[in-house]
Amino acid sequence: MITTRRLIASIFAAALGATAQAATEGPVPSCPATALGQSHTLDPAQLKGKVGYIDFWASWCGPCAQSFPFMNELHREFQAQGLEIIALNLDEEAQDAQDFLKKYPASFPIASDPQGKCPQKFDVKAMPTSFLVDRQGKIRHVHMGFRDGDKAAIKQQVQALLNER
Amino acid sequence: MNSTLPALALLPALLCSGCALPKVAPWERGTLAKPQMALDPDGLDAALKRHTAASKEAASGGYGVGGGGCGCN
Repeated sequence: MITTRRLIASIFAAALGATAQAATEGPVPSCPATALGQSHTLDPAQLKGKVGYIDFWASWCGPCAQSFPFMNELHREFQAQGLEIIALNLDEEAQDAQDFLKKYPASFPIASDPQGKCPQKFDVKAMPTSFLVDRQGKIRHVHMGFRDGDKAAIKQQVQALLNER
Repeated sequence: MNSTLPALALLPALLCSGCALPKVAPWERGTLAKPQMALDPDGLDAALKRHTAASKEAASGGYGVGGGGCGCN
């Protein structure tokens, strides 16, 4: 009954374009992706002991542009407490991502996945989608889309996960 | 007769199974998101054309409510 209600709520939330919370509570999938313009790889599954914010974005996605200043803010405020942000870019052309980042600079690591292997593993259903991962490496919250109104709730969830030991 | 009818009914389903469009994943919409892929590439121009068509054609059943072809609405 509760799950049905949650399902209906999430369908409505998705229809309204609001932040929907899927009940995905599995371990974060391993998906090594090359850091943009560099040679080392970043893997969301290797954030052991840290709270992870895994964001899927592309240069053509409007709300993604909106979310970048917010992610910089998150990074500045919570990095010291153990928050790690990985923003996975899904552009097929690396140049599109570079141009986007000139307009919306990021203070956090960007990984590039032009083949779109990672969003398949994470079952991404909207752009952008961000996954909040706890210190045990479990996905705890999924945010589909991004609106300014989502900021407060996301910050609260990040803080709550950081407070967990 | 009894055996051919269900088989006939199955035929369109079998024929159409091969022509389904490949599913575009949410992260693969980069090309579709380009402005030139929009149904109305120029929104302002399309609105102007709709307005002109509505005011000229309303008398002969254009777009819903409109004037009598005087072009003044």
